Amino acid sequence: MSNILVNAPKTARRGDVIEIKALILHPMETGFRPGPNGRILPRNIIERFTATWNGTEIFAMDMSPAIAANPFVSFFARANDSGTVVLRWTGDEGFAAEHRVDIAVE
Amino acid sequence: MDRRLFLAGTAAIVILPLAPAAATPDAMAEAIRKVIGTATPTEGRVKLDVPPLVENGSTVPLTVSVESPMTEADHVKAIHVFNEKNPQPNVFSARLGPRNGRAVIGTRIKLGDSQRIIAIAETSDGKFWSAGADVIVTLAACLEEAT
Repeated sequence: MSNILVNAPKTARRGDVIEIKALILHPMETGFRPGPNGRILPRNIIERFTATWNGTEIFAMDMSPAIAANPFVSFFARANDSGTVVLRWTGDEGFAAEHRVDIAVE
Repeated sequence: MDRRLFLAGTAAIVILPLAPAAATPDAMAEAIRKVIGTATPTEGRVKLDVPPLVENGSTVPLTVSVESPMTEADHVKAIHVFNEKNPQPNVFSARLGPRNGRAVIGTRIKLGDSQRIIAIAETSDGKFWSAGADVIVTLAACLEEAT
């Protein structure tokens, strides 16, 4: 998907701690703001971001409307074995997006 | 003017500004209680990096780092961030563990007003650690109309 931007190393040495940065296009409408017609725009946010490494959850974050539009998250992970990191975003109005990164560990 | 009344009045002026400085707005205090229960967080181990003065409250970079070896025996389990004056007191709650290697989270947040931000970390021994930072916002988020 082109509306997701992820920055993570493709290779790492075993035991290295690597940084994973993820950005996704999303309005993060707070539900407190009036629209052009003066009515409050309904809330539409990403509620949860998770990261799994070969299926094991390594990071999870519950977001509130206070997270800026186009949410950016950076976190660290210890590279124990080669595999796939799956980043997942879920939220209001059935929003769901996923991005996979393959990392080779030597 | 009654002299006694005047003296009482000046005393009130002197005392009042000191009192609210330590008080945190109730909504944030309650949100914190909901997450950490009756525990009292200790100041320290947590570093909250946020610019002291921001021009635009719609996107404010924020980094929370916690001093921790992040081993199976001693690691950070969770990091929570709260604000005082946005419509809602929660910013985010993150779960982490030894697989993270470093207890550092970066993101960008919205601030509706100049206010205090508090970050609380829960370590694997069940203790809570905290750090706070004051941010002055010149243009608040949420005020501009959507187009």
